[in-house]
Amino acid sequence: MSIRVENVSYVYYAQTPMEKHALYNINMTVEDGEFVGLIGHTGSGKSTLIQHFNGLLKPTSGKIFIDDEDITKRKMDLRSIRTKVGMVFQYPEHQLFGETVYEDVAFGPSNLGLSGDALEQRVSEALAMVDLEYDQCKMRSPFALSGGQKRRVAIAGVLAMKPKVLILDEPTAGLDPKGRDEILDQVERLHQEWKLTVILVTHSMEDVARLATRLIVMNHGAIAIEGTCKEVFRQAEYLEGVGLGIPQVTSLLRELNKRGFDVVTDSYTLDDAEKEIVKLLELKEHGNV
Amino acid sequence: MPDNLIRFEDLSHSYMQGSEQEWLALSGINLDIKRGEFVVVLGHNGSGKSTLAKHANALLLPTRGKVTVAGLDTKDEANVRSIRQQVGMVFQNPDNQLVATTVEEDVAFGPENLGVPSSEIHARVDAALELVGMQAYRLFSPHHLSGGQKQRVAIAGMIAMRPNCIVFDEPTAMLDPVGRKEVMNTILDLNKNEGITIMHITHFMDESILADRVVVMQDGQIALEGKPREVFSQVDTLHRLHLDVPQVTALADRLHELGFGIPRDILSIDELVSYICRSE
Repeated sequence: MSIRVENVSYVYYAQTPMEKHALYNINMTVEDGEFVGLIGHTGSGKSTLIQHFNGLLKPTSGKIFIDDEDITKRKMDLRSIRTKVGMVFQYPEHQLFGETVYEDVAFGPSNLGLSGDALEQRVSEALAMVDLEYDQCKMRSPFALSGGQKRRVAIAGVLAMKPKVLILDEPTAGLDPKGRDEILDQVERLHQEWKLTVILVTHSMEDVARLATRLIVMNHGAIAIEGTCKEVFRQAEYLEGVGLGIPQVTSLLRELNKRGFDVVTDSYTLDDAEKEIVKLLELKEHGNV
Repeated sequence: MPDNLIRFEDLSHSYMQGSEQEWLALSGINLDIKRGEFVVVLGHNGSGKSTLAKHANALLLPTRGKVTVAGLDTKDEANVRSIRQQVGMVFQNPDNQLVATTVEEDVAFGPENLGVPSSEIHARVDAALELVGMQAYRLFSPHHLSGGQKQRVAIAGMIAMRPNCIVFDEPTAMLDPVGRKEVMNTILDLNKNEGITIMHITHFMDESILADRVVVMQDGQIALEGKPREVFSQVDTLHRLHLDVPQVTALADRLHELGFGIPRDILSIDELVSYICRSE
């Protein structure tokens, strides 16, 4: 399922003293099956943009196409879009309300008219997708779970709608390293095994570097850079200028390069950086530098 | 004045005591926080670090053992007011801590409750906002601020109460990199220039590099304690405790293992660069 954004601008509180331009003429496409990282500092417009993808916001001007269907047209049935484009908001666990995990995850699909075995099937599938044991947790209170587990239940609630596209807004914020790794591993599986198109909104460069095939960097309501992780991290000065970091090892390689050592500067994982520096140190040992 | 501001002595804490769901969150903690010290408490979720923090100003009371603040036992109700004036807390979620409709009213809320005369409240609010660099926003509504700005207003509210110590319970967990930097710079400034004792709870390792001391919690106990360099050089142990080591430290550790004569306790990019340049 693809998303195409054409000349989208958005103004909050238009024609009031509070008027604020949040998006300026955005053009972008997310292809079916892609894993896109959407990054930018707070206030850059990324959350505003994704709320357009399932019709929560309507562009002030411009169009959004989901699988070539214009969802910004009048009388568009937004319910059908919202079952296809699943949105996991920041701190989704704050939206848990059910007395049991089952009740919470079943809420969406039961509103679609599912009941009985079909509903149960949906819920158990959705919980399996986030690695929660159905029989073990269905009758538990979601509020008695750990922070990372709560968040997974909330994500399961979205997955139970069987979306084709999954949009996650800062899914690892506030989690400790273990909780973060669990969530990211699951998102990776949802992309690879369940073939979901994924848009990951984050300000963590390390997170997107691990998972995304393509990055879109936003700044002041516009798209600033677009490309593969390598292409984007090469523009380190720009990224730092707009309040985004680059991975530490990338900074390290850039610094060595500045000092005249022949190392690549676009590696961003620990493994790649290690290889590069081992190569350098071995050369130095043999007196070739 | 005693050298130790906060003493945790053989502190244990159980939640839901006496019920079936009783669980031990802290067991046998011994820790002294010295006046003027900057101590970082690290640990993954559920390690007991927030439970520990909440004992520092009598939000939680020990199930066993004792906590004293400037010699005052937190268990004695008569001491609680004085303890809370000395030890302030800033929490994770900025939205849950702001109560008023403007920034300056929010900062004034604490001292007003302490019965500070209004002429002095003005001076305190001014000074506190200046310290966190938010004076330009004094008439703003707090919910129009960014996360980092909100946290700085929450910190200003604490400073206006003139505490000796501020306990920060994951104040940066919900912030973006810019907000994190703002808040960390404010915390450092309070410690280095205002002499306020800091107990900073976090799971971001890089926030502890400038601390005087790092305490790592695991299963309600202190697993590691020492200067940042001593703690961070134990890369394997930290991984086992589900904590991230700064990427450069992890890289230095790997290079050390490979026999390249790079020390294990590298904390910054510059350090590693200079070792690589030096090595033969």
